[in-house]
Amino acid sequence: MIAGQRPKHLNLFKIRLPLPGLVSFLHRISGAGLFLFGWALLYLLQLSLSSAESHAQFTALTGHWLVKLFLIALLWSFLHHFFAGLRFLLLDVHVGYNLAAARATSWAVMIVSLACTAFLGLWLW
Amino acid sequence: MKRVITGAHYGFKDWLAQRVTALLMAIYVVVFIGILLVCPPREFEQWRGLFGNQPMRIATILFFISLFWHAWIGMRDILMDYIESTGLRLGLEIAVVLILSAYVVWAVQILWSI
Repeated sequence: MIAGQRPKHLNLFKIRLPLPGLVSFLHRISGAGLFLFGWALLYLLQLSLSSAESHAQFTALTGHWLVKLFLIALLWSFLHHFFAGLRFLLLDVHVGYNLAAARATSWAVMIVSLACTAFLGLWLW
Repeated sequence: MKRVITGAHYGFKDWLAQRVTALLMAIYVVVFIGILLVCPPREFEQWRGLFGNQPMRIATILFFISLFWHAWIGMRDILMDYIESTGLRLGLEIAVVLILSAYVVWAVQILWSI
């Protein structure tokens, strides 16, 4: 294989990540998770909107603790993806570019997304 | 530049599309949360009325189109990074495109049957 050939393929088991790398990797995982379970969210939206009967079904379904746990996992995926995404947009315009700032904003993304998940999860439970 | 199937190197348009769709979605989400906070829909009819409103319906379908476009770029990036076999990668990319296209149709159906 020629050096520098594209596309590159990454071996996940040979990579040790610093915190900004972890935020980036979780951004990937959360995005993939949201894609994989998009059908479930669309289905819930459909149930909640179609008719009074389906809305009642929606309320019953989302009342189940297992469904709630699943939705909280997706909620974290969304929040992490959202805040990490905003951080990437700022990095694109060279805000928070030096190492100290990059680490600080990585901590902020981790903490804010977990805190919002905990708050919203408890509030909606 | 030699173009290879499902290759990289000419992705600026996608890079930009990913950021533009991200910004549009972020604006929608913030406005949507604002609406929920200002006048929380407490019953089914209000919830349905919120999406039955034409500007809201159009904003929502634009949100979904941004979402699916964004998801396509992200999933393609993931597949390019981890799937080495060109044939398998192409197959999975086709699957992602088909799924996301189906989601667009489904989202239209949900919103326009209100």
